[in-house]
Amino acid sequence: MLDLNILFPSVLNGITTGAVYALIALGLTLIYGVLHIINFAHGAALMVALYGVYMLKEKLGIDPYMALPIMVPAMFVLGYALQRGVINRASHGKDENILLVTLGVSIVLENLALLFFKSDTRSIETAYTLTTVEIGPAFIALPKLVSFAGALVVSVVMLLIVQKTDLGRAIRAVSKEKQGARLMGIDVDHVYAMCFGLGLASLGAAACFLMPAYYVNPQVGNGFVLVAFTIVVLGGMGSFAGALLGGLLIGVVESLGGLILGESLGQVGIFVIFIAVLMLRPQGFFGAKA
Amino acid sequence: MKDFRRIALFTLVIGVIPFCTQSGVMLNFVMTALYACLLSQAWNVLGGFGGQFSFGHALFFGTGAYVQAIAQMQWGLSPWVALPLAMAFAAGVGAFVGAASFRYGLKGSYFALVTLAFAEVFRILATSVPFTGAGVGLMLPLKESAANMQFANRAGFIWLMLGLVTLALCITAWLRHSRFGAYLQAVRDNEDAARAIGVNPFSVKLIATVLSGGLMGAGGAFYVQVFQYIDPGIAFGSHTSVEALVGAIVGGLGTLWGPLLGAISLHILADLTRNLFGQLPGINMVIYGVVLIVIVMFLPRGMAGLGTITPLQWLRGSKRSDGDKS
Repeated sequence: MLDLNILFPSVLNGITTGAVYALIALGLTLIYGVLHIINFAHGAALMVALYGVYMLKEKLGIDPYMALPIMVPAMFVLGYALQRGVINRASHGKDENILLVTLGVSIVLENLALLFFKSDTRSIETAYTLTTVEIGPAFIALPKLVSFAGALVVSVVMLLIVQKTDLGRAIRAVSKEKQGARLMGIDVDHVYAMCFGLGLASLGAAACFLMPAYYVNPQVGNGFVLVAFTIVVLGGMGSFAGALLGGLLIGVVESLGGLILGESLGQVGIFVIFIAVLMLRPQGFFGAKA
Repeated sequence: MKDFRRIALFTLVIGVIPFCTQSGVMLNFVMTALYACLLSQAWNVLGGFGGQFSFGHALFFGTGAYVQAIAQMQWGLSPWVALPLAMAFAAGVGAFVGAASFRYGLKGSYFALVTLAFAEVFRILATSVPFTGAGVGLMLPLKESAANMQFANRAGFIWLMLGLVTLALCITAWLRHSRFGAYLQAVRDNEDAARAIGVNPFSVKLIATVLSGGLMGAGGAFYVQVFQYIDPGIAFGSHTSVEALVGAIVGGLGTLWGPLLGAISLHILADLTRNLFGQLPGINMVIYGVVLIVIVMFLPRGMAGLGTITPLQWLRGSKRSDGDKS
């Protein structure tokens, strides 16, 4: 039987990883909840943000956490422009086209990164990269704790934006009834683009929290994208609380799976959950209707 | 029938190419172009005629590739026996994934996601279990003879591939003219209406997945015979899925010749960019992505739709920014 002294750190590690997953899934669930599209370019956008953080650190010496005020607006602008300039324009409003266009965007971004940065895996050195904090019998890397706290803060901010602001009201109106919202004078294309911007902005934050303890290469987004989809589906498409809980759960599943089945096979647990949830309960835990 | 006469003509014309030229570059081009055609046509059967967009066709490709390699190396079978076996296994995986997905009514983005996830599961499994050679992959021993399906020159591979492409074309032509094909297209266009007139969408989509998977598996088997090597990343990585779907969409979904047109054009494009930019990594995939977006933006019916619309319709179509779903 597994010792509690091994199990506890593993669970704790899973929860802190899961918080970052949740942050990535949060953007995805917002985009899905409102636009009713699946953004296949989400992983590639995260990869772009990670390279952004990497470049800021390497070229300008800006600490990843200090890069937050740069990366979040930058990713927001990228998201807004991408939705308004490319995705909306190319899709003619058809769902299957959006699917293909976001796939196209992800291919382009990923391979541009390959072109400029080669396929090398890069990481950054900070003073606190190797600092650990003792919690009970476990040692947790400081960057992981910071990312856990950061993920919670960003989730609350996102929730406040959607619940309390005029933009949030417009977003909710559009997600419920697009034509009705348009008739009420809401600029639907603008709201769509704002959602996409917010979704990518949360990726900007995720990248800042992730980078000190992680690495970046052109394919790095792929590993996250299916995980993020799993979380979104698990928590219910469009549900913030679901994304947060789903993220933590998946983090723990991955961590325990790695412990029990070994590093490479451990990942299978995530996809098995994903396929099972898609088939048995496609509306997720918190979703009202698929 | 007209379609079948055209297919016969196509096969004949491509089939004599190895007699006309000895140029290795030219023959290699023909072979890889035919290979791209097979992948796109396989995707077209399910995506174009069935309207089910799979983002994980590498699942079938990889299954076919591994069965082809394992059947020879571990079961001691002839590659000529292994090939139909590889297609059957890939078709079987298609039946399994199709049954699992359609049983629970997954469509659109959900179907795309679930195929992607299945491909990923297979990739991880192939990295983890011993009989696939794990992360190292499988290397087919070199035994050059026609009996081993390892031809001394490209001509043999071209004829083999041509046979497979012809099979794919015949299946597509059959979909265009048969009762089953009509059912499949009815389900694609309006599933509820199709059900109302007595079509069983589940079994129709399932058969399309099986056919599509089998053809894709043949592509994987062919890959193993030509390159004599397979690993989990090549087999189940997203690159093959993308190549198959982009070719079909660029050429024209649900058409007989569109996927061939798309696959060959993209192939020429990739060759040109390689010549222009040297071996810069990723550049040909950047172009794939851009072409995909541009085609979706301006030519929703692909290259095959070029002749059927007037420039005015084209402009109007491309300006419609927010079409209604109804």
